[in-house]
Amino acid sequence: MINISLETGLLLAGILFFMGFLGVMVRRNVIFMLMSVEVMLNAAGIAFVMAGSHWHQPDGQVMFIFILTMAAAEVSVGLAILLQLHKHYKSLDADAANKMKG
Amino acid sequence: MMDWLWTIPALPFAGFLILALFGKQLSRKVVAWTGSLSTGLSALITIIVGISFLTNPPGGHVFKQILWSWIEVGSFSPEITLYLDSLSLVFMFVITFVGFLIHLYSTGFMVEEEGYARFFSYMNLFVGSMLLLVMAGNLVFLYLGWEAVGLCSYLLIGFWYKNPDNGYAARKAFIVTRIGDTLMAIGLFLLFDQFGTLQIQEILTRFPAEVAEGSPFAVATAIMLLGGAVGKSAQLPLQVWLPDAMAGPSPVSALIHAATMVTAGVYLIARTFVIFQMAPVAQTIVAIVGAVTLLLAGFSALTQRDIKRVLAYSTISQIGYMFLALGVGAWSAAVFHFMTHAFFKALLFLGAGVVIMHLHHEHNMFKMGGLRKSMPFTFWVFLIGSASLAALPLITAGFYSKDIILWYAWAAEGSHELFWLAGILGSLLTAVYTSRMVFITFFGEIKTEPHGKTALSIKIPLIVLAVLSLIGGFINFPGNFGDMQWLSGFLANNLPEAHAAVHDKGIETLFQVISAVLVLLGIYLAYLLYLKRNVDEQFSKKGIYHYWFSGWGFDYVYEVLVIKPVVWLSKIDEHDFIEYFYTGIARFHMFWHVLFSKLQTGKIRWYAMGIATGAIVAIIVLVFS
Repeated sequence: MINISLETGLLLAGILFFMGFLGVMVRRNVIFMLMSVEVMLNAAGIAFVMAGSHWHQPDGQVMFIFILTMAAAEVSVGLAILLQLHKHYKSLDADAANKMKG
Repeated sequence: MMDWLWTIPALPFAGFLILALFGKQLSRKVVAWTGSLSTGLSALITIIVGISFLTNPPGGHVFKQILWSWIEVGSFSPEITLYLDSLSLVFMFVITFVGFLIHLYSTGFMVEEEGYARFFSYMNLFVGSMLLLVMAGNLVFLYLGWEAVGLCSYLLIGFWYKNPDNGYAARKAFIVTRIGDTLMAIGLFLLFDQFGTLQIQEILTRFPAEVAEGSPFAVATAIMLLGGAVGKSAQLPLQVWLPDAMAGPSPVSALIHAATMVTAGVYLIARTFVIFQMAPVAQTIVAIVGAVTLLLAGFSALTQRDIKRVLAYSTISQIGYMFLALGVGAWSAAVFHFMTHAFFKALLFLGAGVVIMHLHHEHNMFKMGGLRKSMPFTFWVFLIGSASLAALPLITAGFYSKDIILWYAWAAEGSHELFWLAGILGSLLTAVYTSRMVFITFFGEIKTEPHGKTALSIKIPLIVLAVLSLIGGFINFPGNFGDMQWLSGFLANNLPEAHAAVHDKGIETLFQVISAVLVLLGIYLAYLLYLKRNVDEQFSKKGIYHYWFSGWGFDYVYEVLVIKPVVWLSKIDEHDFIEYFYTGIARFHMFWHVLFSKLQTGKIRWYAMGIATGAIVAIIVLVFS
């Protein structure tokens, strides 16, 4: 088994998280925004697993399973919203849905 | 049977509640039944109570029914008491009985109108409030009825609210009478300050013992009460609202003029007669107000072109007679005239309503004419009412009641010859303007053809009132006719009798002949001036005729002296510091509103950015603190 140090793992998680974050902020296509959110979730998952293996606790992997479940639920809701969005605006541009403008 | 007293005002109130709450769901037939039956039953109970009061009078000729205690604040605990004596019984009889006839008439008259249930609910409330006013044993309770009557007059004058003019007339009536009400409230404060109670009878018994005759307190209180009476009864100088109150439907005018509202002032003065007796100055002012008003209104009635406005001015004039009677101490004569006036004035308004209804809502007398042949029934009842108003000698009720007032205006202690002169001149005027109205409307050439038939529910009240306008005077004959003053005798149980300084029956007869001759002369004059020649066409818009037509220009004077300064003051005071304070609050919030609403772009990425920034800031704070 290859030993990966905690620092490396967290760095990977951080980079992935930042990439996802950037995707959410920059992308206007809702599908890509959803994908970026998934990336962010998985980055958080990596961080949990890394921390769990560092302290030899199973909690980190338990948390990752939680995150997976939550991500599944989140994606189903997100895709439903996405379908409705497309039905209403005939587009996947998130900025098109700005009816709540003050 | 006396214990049923409380049902008399309760029935109209119950009718009001039913019609106000469920009126829209009920059919017109049920509405008509509820509206007229509630007052009809009330009238029936009044008659039964009256009979038992007459046959088996309670001790002191007074019956009290304590309903409950309203509030208790220290020693101030106004009890809701109904007070029945001869004075309130006469008023109750007229209010419920004439009120019932007017309701019956309205079931036919208003049948094509919108808001049928609304109309009857207001009418029931009106009758109930007026009953409350005359049955109250307490001035607070009386004031409640007094204000409720004002409210009902507002609602009913503005019944056809879709025309803004009617709304204006309603507001005018409400505001002008409110001036009087304020004075009356001050009078009540004065009384409470002095006596610590507002029970009417307690005040009246303690007043002569605790207040010196003619003292400033007595005069001030009496003047304040007079102010209230003047406002409600449309006497000088607050008479301007009544002619405009003609904007309401005809049954409303009949109710306001005959049974309710305008006679409230007469009742108030008669009820608190002790206060006026203790303030002779104020009582003389009552007589002066009455005398001047009856003349001014008489002249105005002479020139009106709207049939209902003639009747309105005649009401002001006739109530002037009642005030004159009150002012010279002929209390029962005023009540007697109130009663006969209720009969013939209700008859005249309802008759005029029939005419107006059949002529496509035409009010202008000069577009009527010749209706004698085409509407014989209406002509005859209207003629009877007019004869009674003009006090045609011997056969009409109006003659007897007016004769007693004229006699006491001459003969009562503390009276003045001028009062009699005003009264006798007024009766000439009355004869002229009444005949003018009849001649122009029913004689001459036909100008508009009437249409439609008169329903039975309209005819019956007219017949009953016509009969009463003729025989209603026979309950009180003049002194020189023999000892037949039943009404005065009945009222004397609770009101003081008028003291005549002159007891010469020859003079009394002479005066009767004079007034009878003047009435006949007035009718002949009207025949010459208005039927043979058309004086109105020659003089309209000229000189004094114009002043009379516009009610002596009171409206103009008030416009200049009161309304314009008030409007001007409120205009310049519009931007005072309070105004700045409140607009400041509004502006402050508007500023922040504009600023914050810019944050809400509606773009989801913008919100996500917000969340992310917030999270970053939170993490930084957590890490570095």
